[in-house]
Amino acid sequence: MTVWNRLEPLLGKVQKPARYIGCEDGAQVPEPRPAAAEWLLGYPDTYEIGLPNQGLQILREIINEHPRGLAERTYAPWTDLEELMRANDVPLFSVDTHRAAGDFDLMAFNLSAELTYTNLVNLIDLAGCPVRSADRAPADLLIGVGGHCTYNPEPIADFVDFVVLGDGEEVVGEITDVVADWKAEGKPDRIGILRALAGIHGVYVPSLYDAVHDESGRLVETVPNDPAAPDVVEKRTLADLADWPYPKQQLVPLTEVVHDRLNVEVFRGCTRGCRFCQAGMITRPVRERPADQVRTMISEGLKRTGYDEVALTSLSTADFSGIEQVVHDTVNDPECGGQVSVSLPSLRVDAFTVGIAGQIGKARRTGLTFAPEAGTWRMRQVINKLIREEDLYEAVGSAYSQGWRRMKLYFLTGLPTETDEDTLGIARLARNVVKIGREHHKNPSVTISVGGFVPKAFTPFQWFGQNTQDELRRKINLLRDDLRKEHAVKLKWHDPKASVAEGIVSRGDRRLGAVIEDVWRNGGTFQEWSEKFDLQLWLDALERNGLTMEEYVYRHREEDEALPWDHIFAGLHRDFLWMEWRDALNELGLEDCRWTPCYDCGACTGYGIEHVVASAVPPAGGSQGTGQDLTVGGEVPVTLLATKPGTPLAVTAVGEPT
Amino acid sequence: MRIRVRFAKVGKVRWTSHRDLARIWERAIRRVGLPVAYSQGFSPRPKVHFGLALSTGHESLAEFLDIDLDPEAPSSPDPADLEALLAPLSEALPSGIDATGVVLISTSTMSLQQAVTSCSWDIEVRGATPDQLAAAIEQVLAAPELEITRERKGKAVTDDVRPYLLDLTVVEPTDAGTRMHAHLATQPRGLRIGELIALLDPDWEEGRVRRTNQWMLLDGARQEPLAGSPVAASAPHAEARAS
Repeated sequence: MTVWNRLEPLLGKVQKPARYIGCEDGAQVPEPRPAAAEWLLGYPDTYEIGLPNQGLQILREIINEHPRGLAERTYAPWTDLEELMRANDVPLFSVDTHRAAGDFDLMAFNLSAELTYTNLVNLIDLAGCPVRSADRAPADLLIGVGGHCTYNPEPIADFVDFVVLGDGEEVVGEITDVVADWKAEGKPDRIGILRALAGIHGVYVPSLYDAVHDESGRLVETVPNDPAAPDVVEKRTLADLADWPYPKQQLVPLTEVVHDRLNVEVFRGCTRGCRFCQAGMITRPVRERPADQVRTMISEGLKRTGYDEVALTSLSTADFSGIEQVVHDTVNDPECGGQVSVSLPSLRVDAFTVGIAGQIGKARRTGLTFAPEAGTWRMRQVINKLIREEDLYEAVGSAYSQGWRRMKLYFLTGLPTETDEDTLGIARLARNVVKIGREHHKNPSVTISVGGFVPKAFTPFQWFGQNTQDELRRKINLLRDDLRKEHAVKLKWHDPKASVAEGIVSRGDRRLGAVIEDVWRNGGTFQEWSEKFDLQLWLDALERNGLTMEEYVYRHREEDEALPWDHIFAGLHRDFLWMEWRDALNELGLEDCRWTPCYDCGACTGYGIEHVVASAVPPAGGSQGTGQDLTVGGEVPVTLLATKPGTPLAVTAVGEPT
Repeated sequence: MRIRVRFAKVGKVRWTSHRDLARIWERAIRRVGLPVAYSQGFSPRPKVHFGLALSTGHESLAEFLDIDLDPEAPSSPDPADLEALLAPLSEALPSGIDATGVVLISTSTMSLQQAVTSCSWDIEVRGATPDQLAAAIEQVLAAPELEITRERKGKAVTDDVRPYLLDLTVVEPTDAGTRMHAHLATQPRGLRIGELIALLDPDWEEGRVRRTNQWMLLDGARQEPLAGSPVAASAPHAEARAS
């Protein structure tokens, strides 16, 4: 059943109606297939944010190629349309064919940000489905989720029927078969399909587990309540990315979205080992796409889409074995007429990386972004982001000398063991970058972007008590005061209120289901949007449920404490994570294991899959713990700033204060 | 070398904005390999010039854009067979946007925004019966002056919009109202369809709206933008020979 005729009269009354029409190049408009498992894949935020999501685009194609599958897409309607939809009884719909969400068999979401959870609940409700899985009838939608946030699925356990852990490429086919069988039987009961789903490797069915709490409310354990449920659910891991050259038909939206360009994933996983980084922990091991396949995906993709920009995506693209050649070949492809630009997200901080970026056309050299993450070498050893100060200064010096004028540097504050000296180290680095810039340009500008650290599941920092809102605010104010007179440095920061709200859900347990529902019922949707975010809604909801910020956010966890995600296995041994946590507190760094002996984190050994890396040697000039002398990370050789005679500005200013 | 393309925008894609349309065309031009000329400077942009903006949500059978091509490029189209561009362009454009005509024009041709003086529209007026609409049309056309107050750069400005109304005719009833034909002047700043309907009756609403043509005045005669270029219309090869 299409809702287009009822939806269309509303479109003239809302902002950006092109979000709701589909019609993208690469879109598929499948006929309804009663015998197939019909998926509605969703992203619980606006079209502009959700459309580029590569995970959903990959799965959409794979499901549509499956003989028993069909997939369409949906996104969160903005509040103006939602209000009109509710007033006119228009349910959530797919943007591909504008079928009502309730017509599908499954509705599955990618969750990559905790603050979208209230939107998840809202979309389930807009689909006409009971928001709690326990209230659903046999024929109601099956609600599934996947993505990085679902490594701690407990806060949303009440709302979802199943959770997919790890790489989705293979498992969606298995789910499709199970659901198509169940549909063929006439959807006799709910428990049957839930048990069948729980039997699939990588699928977690929360309702088949009980979370046991003691009298104080503290979690004791999470255990199966049904023989169909395994004690521990392991994530899925693809062995070879080359088998999955998706998306083959990347969607080209008609209206502006984020990351509006061709995206080609060059590898998955990262073993740099940054201890704050959940993505780098849960996506191990490293699996590179063959360089030839990358080149084919780029050239065919550019031709098909008409884009003039391609992003090579991964968690650290400069680490890709074929990076220099691929960038060179792309910008020099005669078929593209020299108008193609390559964007390299997640740049590593070193001069080699800037050299690669330097191959990209001069016209586009506006700004370059680096993420040193912390202001002092000591702090960077704690978080295991082993960037020497020298690496950073060489990188920015190289960038300025090649024509870039604006540097953007990302930092975290509120990290474990952080002192005020570490926080102020951010300002010191920024000033030094400005000084290096002045050797090349009259008015270099440096933007410092500071985020409040939120500990995540399956990282060595999962035991760390997050900084309070007041403490994060105090640290940001330290930086503001310190940089007040430094006009070349622009300081931006993430709202500490949003960091602590994210912290509530990040490591929360099942008791948070009631809190999330409460926030949603009180109008708290689009909490990722600063104009809609309201911490008070979360604080009130916690209080109404007898829960505290201290318990969920601010307190350190103990070594033997039960964690809400103990029954999930992300491939990392808990004792490896604990050892890493202790090493962090002792300021001990750990090298990247791709080019050093294995330290048995568990990611490879658990699956018989090893790192798939084309190069046996670390990338040229590779920083961050690949063979360089790390004992001197904080000291900067004077030669670096040997500048023009008569400008004796920098030598003393750049060295680490000792 | 400059070409002028006519295209239609109908169906779901009418909800894209003028800004979206510019990006859609840029990609389509790259996909078909048309050797578009780029501007010089720090951030080169393809030299593509659009005519009057069409409001988001309105359909059109007659939108125009001018594209500057690099005549030196090996893939430059044959000026004698520009029509061959239409099918691949339509294929590269989203469903609902189709290239329907193309001519070679002189690079000194007046820009579309300056040259077009009026547009024809098909407008559904919701809430109006044919008789009510006819009566309202008679009243506004009889008025010597029609002052409306609208906001311009944050200030309220009063304009006489009667000169914009060249013709208004009732066509036929629809399910929700009445369809009319309107011929509206565009210079110096035009009259919005919503403003027109509010003039007729503030309680009526805009239904389906479709631009059916755009007109230029050439020596006092009304001409379509594709026909309106003497170089292209009378002697399509003239410029090619000259260059």
